[in-house]
Amino acid sequence: MIEKKVDCVVIGGGPAGLAAAIEADKQGLDTLIIERDVTLGGILQQCIHDGFGLDRFKKRMTGGQYAQRFIDVIKERKINVLLNTMVLDITPSKEIYASSPDEGMLHINAKSIILAMGCRERTRSQVLIYGDRPAGVLTAGAVQRYINMEGYLPGKKAVILGSGDIGLIMARRMTLEGIKVEGVYEIMHRQNGLTRNVVQCLKDYNIPLHLGTTVKSIHDKKRIHSVTVVEVDKNLKEIPGTERDIDCDLLVLSVGLIPENELSEKAQIEIDPVTKGPIVDSDMMTSIPGIFAAGNVATVFDLVDYVSQSGEIAARGAAKYVKHPKEENIETIDVHPGNNVAFVFPQKIRKKMESETFPIFMRVKNEACNVATYLEQGGNKIKIKKHLIVKPPEMIREILKTNQLDLSSDLTIHAGE
Amino acid sequence: MKEEEYTCIVCPRSCLGKLIIEDDGTMKTEGFSCKNGERYAIDEHTDPKRVLTTTVKIEGALFPLLPVVSSEAISFSKLKDCLKYLYQIKVKTPVREGDVLVDDILDTGVSILAARTML
Repeated sequence: MIEKKVDCVVIGGGPAGLAAAIEADKQGLDTLIIERDVTLGGILQQCIHDGFGLDRFKKRMTGGQYAQRFIDVIKERKINVLLNTMVLDITPSKEIYASSPDEGMLHINAKSIILAMGCRERTRSQVLIYGDRPAGVLTAGAVQRYINMEGYLPGKKAVILGSGDIGLIMARRMTLEGIKVEGVYEIMHRQNGLTRNVVQCLKDYNIPLHLGTTVKSIHDKKRIHSVTVVEVDKNLKEIPGTERDIDCDLLVLSVGLIPENELSEKAQIEIDPVTKGPIVDSDMMTSIPGIFAAGNVATVFDLVDYVSQSGEIAARGAAKYVKHPKEENIETIDVHPGNNVAFVFPQKIRKKMESETFPIFMRVKNEACNVATYLEQGGNKIKIKKHLIVKPPEMIREILKTNQLDLSSDLTIHAGE
Repeated sequence: MKEEEYTCIVCPRSCLGKLIIEDDGTMKTEGFSCKNGERYAIDEHTDPKRVLTTTVKIEGALFPLLPVVSSEAISFSKLKDCLKYLYQIKVKTPVREGDVLVDDILDTGVSILAARTML
């Protein structure tokens, strides 16, 4: 077994990990990225569509272009990268066990760890579709990788379940590659993805979106040949008599993302039941001192720009920890979701804040027009920002000023009065 | 007189508005909450444009496909022909992100760029 000692190990070479590793290197930490795929960039490499980077680079870029900016810096700064290497275990004392075909087993003693494993797609078993288990039932991300990176067409006639952005983007992509997309089915009575994607991916190509309709069962043993769809009522209960069979040889699932936290759980890191990621403080530190989390492993973001930003915050946190591990007797206050707020991230703020401003991220529960966000502490309400519209699928980022806060008591964030 | 409906995608408010085209060709809009909606609906009616992203074949790389992107948005009506053209080309490593692979594709004035470095 190869033994290594490293200041900062970044697990995952996607957007969160790349940004974190660059910042950790800038902060003077001896840094190592461990990536299980054969290239850096993570899921960005299969996102050949544009729309990335507007916030950070003020420019519409494709996923690959966005990733390349960071990969070039990783190369310039000669940051250590292990590709094709799978982390098998991390311990609360920050030991990492990994394996790769080139290096064999590795045992790494890390002074700090940044978790940047991203998220994975929900599958059919998580949305309870009954019926046979044939080939041809794939998640949207798997279809995306086949078509955009590996050069396979996984079917000829597709049905898409779920109106999340990846599903909508794949509706257009499959159409352009010659796969007939019969329609997109969404169990909710509202679309899940961005309006821009409904317009440019479905309307442009006359692909119908059926709201309040879901896939009830999948047919045949070896290869999928049809699905049964059914309409649902307001309470999402199936309406008998509305079933319809659709011939297809591909069912694409775009039914949500969940942070990938098997490693975090092995290290006994405390997980938030709402975000499904580690509970972190304003430095992105988890419940285990010296282990940080960034990007979609912590909470599913919808802008990659925010993912990168969380990586950089985590890296600055890791640098502080490595330089002064003993001084890190950290006290925090809790941030609570208030009116119409589903969750707030990070969940804790350090009492000792060094930066003058810091971001918090949140999602609302219900759509609302002309509302302001507020922070409330001990009966005092301060307005943060006014919004024309807030929607559940669109995450809100607010920049808080440290001097606005009373860092001795918990705070609550509201969307609306 | 003709009426068309458009959902503006300039901001998250996503206004649904109407474009009214008079018989003499003049256009006006209803239902958008700002000027962006008006401009969007008129552009969508007269010459909708989209950024083209797809892949082309590449030789000598870890993967068989190279992602590409148009330098600017292309008229929607020309997208399919541009795609057809791009299916026929094949490039070789090394390719750097931003390299021009096709200059002025099908007389659109738009170039096709490599969207990733593959060495």
